[in-house]
Amino acid sequence: MREVAVIGIGDTKFGELWESGFREIGIQAGLAAVEDAKLTAEEIDALYVGNMSAGRFIEQEHVAALIADYSGLARDHIPATRIEAAGASGGLALRQGYLAVASGMHDIVVVGGAEKMTDVGDVLATEIQASAADQQWEVTFGATFPALHAMIARRHMYQYGTTREQIAQVSVKNHKHGSLNPKAQFQREIDLNTVLRAAPVADPLGMFDCAPFSDGAAAVVLCAMDKARKYTDTPIKIRASAQASDTLALHARSDICSFAATRVAAQKAFRQANLEPKDIQVAEVHDNFTISEILAIEDLGFFPKGQGGKATMEGQTTIGGKVVVNTSGGLKARGDPIGATGVAQVVEIVQQLRGQAGKRQVSGARLGLAQNVGGTGATVVVTILEAA
Amino acid sequence: MATARFWRENPSRYNLSASRCGVCGKVFFPPRTVCSTCHRKSIGKMQSLRLAGEGEIYSYSVVHEAPSQYEILKPYVVAMVKMDEGVMLTSQVIDVDFKEVKIGMRVRTTLRRVGEDGPAGVIYYGYKFAPVK
Repeated sequence: MREVAVIGIGDTKFGELWESGFREIGIQAGLAAVEDAKLTAEEIDALYVGNMSAGRFIEQEHVAALIADYSGLARDHIPATRIEAAGASGGLALRQGYLAVASGMHDIVVVGGAEKMTDVGDVLATEIQASAADQQWEVTFGATFPALHAMIARRHMYQYGTTREQIAQVSVKNHKHGSLNPKAQFQREIDLNTVLRAAPVADPLGMFDCAPFSDGAAAVVLCAMDKARKYTDTPIKIRASAQASDTLALHARSDICSFAATRVAAQKAFRQANLEPKDIQVAEVHDNFTISEILAIEDLGFFPKGQGGKATMEGQTTIGGKVVVNTSGGLKARGDPIGATGVAQVVEIVQQLRGQAGKRQVSGARLGLAQNVGGTGATVVVTILEAA
Repeated sequence: MATARFWRENPSRYNLSASRCGVCGKVFFPPRTVCSTCHRKSIGKMQSLRLAGEGEIYSYSVVHEAPSQYEILKPYVVAMVKMDEGVMLTSQVIDVDFKEVKIGMRVRTTLRRVGEDGPAGVIYYGYKFAPVK
């Protein structure tokens, strides 16, 4: 296994990008990453693209070849592969790229993630999003994706005494961070009452507990560590990449207050990196719903089980806190173009570790972690990065 | 949805057809061909079983934003119910005031309409939950 570094990053603004199509956003992010790494097209060995459901959002499959083509790489005939694992598509694409370089098969790969969600209406987008859960045994019976997370929230409140206010604070905190990110979909701070009084979506969760539908793309360039300094003075080393799966349906698990796949992937990642949760200064976690962030920070080992809500309320995950979570604004405020999300998380961590995160910079950040979730925890990817 | 897709799920949707591992006794719904604990040892030893239909609410939500199929039902209650056999099912809770729904509430399955293929399409039936009186 070779060491692998991130040598280039690129992303689009996230939001309702009506003036841009899937091709435009995918290429904008990809070219920015290639430009950042100062690569020539001939140096790219392969492309991996994370995408959940272009087939249903824009009625276009075969999107990896499409992105390679419109990136001007058609005549280079590079292998271009699309990866799908619902919300974890981007993180998983990154992992495939990592494995390809670590194995020695490729020296330089581009990993992109893209989703164009706003060409369909909210009702259809909700249905497409729900296909990440068990269509036959959850969704058909009336469980929406927010409702599944609402049931997690209710149970977490019941078992651990987590309060509605603590859950809502995740949204307040992520909007605060998002207000410092010029690429975030939402750049306004909100207060606790705004979250608590928002229109209900799936009780106890309301509108401000749910990540929005978004268009957007993100890309990174991966390179064998021993060649990375040819391209950049600030290579960011991938210290660990781990992945785990679990039952597709939430109801098939004995405990819904914890994602076992997060725990397993985190354990593997910390073991690979020879690190502990307390070593991490900055993390991007999969807050597709507010409760998801509370599960994540507990399952990753940042806080004991049941203490995630309290820690959030105390500001331990806010900029200035013990472990800063979702400096980008997270899925909640930065936006959640599904296939792009896992790659965008790594783009944010790389910016933090390079010291290029502007107003939201966590001072002295050396080690960062990204946790990307598919469905209700049926796929989880954990990546640990370090300023080399 | 194609008619055949729903039709082949009817044994579980109508009759709560499940399976039990002949090695460790763990119950699965819908039926599975292999046990997630016993793996290869369970192959060929999974026994069919019909759930009795009673259980208690493990968690629930009142759904306000619903897909088109459930638009006319909203708001409605959806719950995860731990059946007495130990396996968990997800469906709607009906014939109840939302405020009375609680974790631990006893419910039993009842056969109801769960969906249809548009206004003139095939109607699908399956289980929902109602409080045990």
